[in-house]
Amino acid sequence: MNLLPLFVVVPLGTAFITLIISKLWDRSADWLANIATIFLMGLAIYCLRFTGQTITYFAGGWEPVEGIPFGIAIVVDSLTIVMLLIVNIVGFGVNIYSINYMSHYTDKPKYYTLFLLMMAGLNGVLISGDLFNLFVFLEITAIASYALVAFGIGSEELEASFKYQILGGTASALILLGLALFYFMTGTLNLADASQIINQIGTNPALVFISILFLVGFGLKAALMPFHSWLPDAHPSAPAPISAMLSGVVIKVLGVYTLVRLFINVFGFNNVPFIPTIFIILGVLSMVVSAYLALGQNDYKRLLAYSSISQIGYVMFAFGLGTPLGFLGGIFHLLNHAASKSLLFLNSGAIVYATDNRDMTKMGGLSTKMPVTSYTSLVGSLSISGIPPLGGFWSKLVIIIAAVQAKHYILSGVAILISIVTLVYYLKSQRLAFWGTLNDIYKNIKEGPFGMSFICILLALLSIGMGLLLLPSLRSLLLDPAVDVLKNGIDYGKTVLGG
Amino acid sequence: MIVFILAIILFSIGLYGILVKRNLIKMIIGLVIMEYAVNLMLALVGFRTGGIAPIITSEIPEAAKFVDPLPQAIVLTAIVIGLGTTALLVSFAVRIHEKYDTFDVRKIRKLRG
Amino acid sequence: MRGMTLIVKQITNLMVPSILLLGIYVVLHGHLTPGGGFAGGVLIAGCFTLLILAYGSERIKSEAKKMRASLTESIGIFLFWFITIIGLLNGTYFFYNIIAKTNPGEPFKLFSAGIIPLCNIAIGIEVGAALFSIFITLAILKVGERL
Repeated sequence: MNLLPLFVVVPLGTAFITLIISKLWDRSADWLANIATIFLMGLAIYCLRFTGQTITYFAGGWEPVEGIPFGIAIVVDSLTIVMLLIVNIVGFGVNIYSINYMSHYTDKPKYYTLFLLMMAGLNGVLISGDLFNLFVFLEITAIASYALVAFGIGSEELEASFKYQILGGTASALILLGLALFYFMTGTLNLADASQIINQIGTNPALVFISILFLVGFGLKAALMPFHSWLPDAHPSAPAPISAMLSGVVIKVLGVYTLVRLFINVFGFNNVPFIPTIFIILGVLSMVVSAYLALGQNDYKRLLAYSSISQIGYVMFAFGLGTPLGFLGGIFHLLNHAASKSLLFLNSGAIVYATDNRDMTKMGGLSTKMPVTSYTSLVGSLSISGIPPLGGFWSKLVIIIAAVQAKHYILSGVAILISIVTLVYYLKSQRLAFWGTLNDIYKNIKEGPFGMSFICILLALLSIGMGLLLLPSLRSLLLDPAVDVLKNGIDYGKTVLGG
Repeated sequence: MIVFILAIILFSIGLYGILVKRNLIKMIIGLVIMEYAVNLMLALVGFRTGGIAPIITSEIPEAAKFVDPLPQAIVLTAIVIGLGTTALLVSFAVRIHEKYDTFDVRKIRKLRG
Repeated sequence: MRGMTLIVKQITNLMVPSILLLGIYVVLHGHLTPGGGFAGGVLIAGCFTLLILAYGSERIKSEAKKMRASLTESIGIFLFWFITIIGLLNGTYFFYNIIAKTNPGEPFKLFSAGIIPLCNIAIGIEVGAALFSIFITLAILKVGERL
């Protein structure tokens, strides 16, 4: 059990050691940061043997007295293990990619420090069983990502990061206000204990007010539709590995995971009956509007950013349905989107590294000079659009079947329509960027360095093979225990404290 | 009860500052006022009528009537987080002024669409 | 930034040792009286800032690179991290109060409460150095210069 705090301790310590040692020897930051992310990935894969159980660990040895937990709890259950795998594997890939990519920027050791702080914050959000601990790690991640978005200090990056910071700061203030009222109502901050107390209280107006505050606060972090306006500016302006990390991991962990954990396990869908409806409405709104906004984009990374909003809309729609098949579709689509969207952003980084522009109307015919980038981005685009037998097809199929089973016939038709619109704009981006005739300025470009191409091929293989997770033997290893955690809902409290 | 309503009014004054004002520095001040209001709300939540400050010294025994110390610890951490956020925002505002030569948020619109 | 008049400089000469001593007192007695690492660190940073405001930034320009404010901050936070993982290395819990369990002092004295005074000292060093380097970066350094 002593392994669990290592998810936070190792990246935090490596960040500080990197800051000190890199004043003496400049290249040491590369080695230290990559050893830390390889260790984290190994630890996350080792934790796969704990699926199916819930492990509780009290920091500082403060065990509960007479059943009342007053220490800071670290809780790892099956849903946490799925998200830990996403965070650490994508983090490992992005870190190896950025050894070569960030040589175009100055001051690389500070980049690694901020990146490791962001990893520590993401892992901390996932393993914390305490609401205020979750808030502190959420702030660590958010502040690290504000600084990383503006890393190449041009005028566009500064403007995008300023907009991101104001909206993120408002979200944090709303979450803290909700936390104050939450403490006032239940008298405890521990998530498991609070879920038992809320179960006894039932529905009352205070719970409605608190859930609206949490919905707006965490919805701003997850870029749901009325609160999405920071994302199309922040994700394109960041350096490409940070865009991959932000779009593929951060909005899932800070937004979707916390919303799901709070509203299904702590509050319970029975006590706040308007929340599933709001999830479905906001999800469908995100899906539809951002898909149409993505059709008119000429900037490659901005198109990918709008596509992220659309896919997170799918996930929230699946979680709002409330049935076990919906939960399975939501979690599986999170896995697929993490692999494919990170791959697409890393490909856009390879294009920027070689040609130094993001405007698709000036590109063309790049597939003759950059074959690895072109084929892997084809795999990523088809996987998100839902073409069989790639991974995205299976997850969208599960979501649509779950919607039909819950008798939302019109909405499942809308989901299929938006899937076709997704295919349209991805094929448009492929044609403009990669096929066609080569622009004369780009006669001398070549493929990116080996480290970058290797990670792109790895993520492409993951996207292709993700559909195998639905086979019954692999599904009972990874996805079924996660769905069980969400199916139990309010019993989370008994599982964590009693067992 | 009235102090809670006053804290919420302070919060909405900060929110008004972010939404309506056009100068970058005034938006930062609005965010700072919002964080003040939330810290005030947290400290008010822990109040018990007739309680004293929660410090154990040799004169005050351990079972005296204290106000709740947990929100005070939360407020300490929240103040530090607010300091970090404000420092980052202010340095960004200085760099934006140097690149765009204005603080007006209607003129800082290179990214759109 | 120019310095101030002679009266301000003399009063600063008299006040700075007291403020520094007050800051160190607040840090060290963090487990007995209100305050602790963060409040004491702010006081220590405030005393250095007062010196710069009174004497002007010309005196500091040549010494800023030698002052190593950011290195002090890194060492401070690394010390805090090291104190928290002593428990993990020994086989007990993370953030475990080792000193209080093996040889506790008497209550209400200075040498009590285990690792809490050590954590306070590390945080005091870190916050003081961090706030001071923020002040130097925003007010004194020109664009493109590094600390």
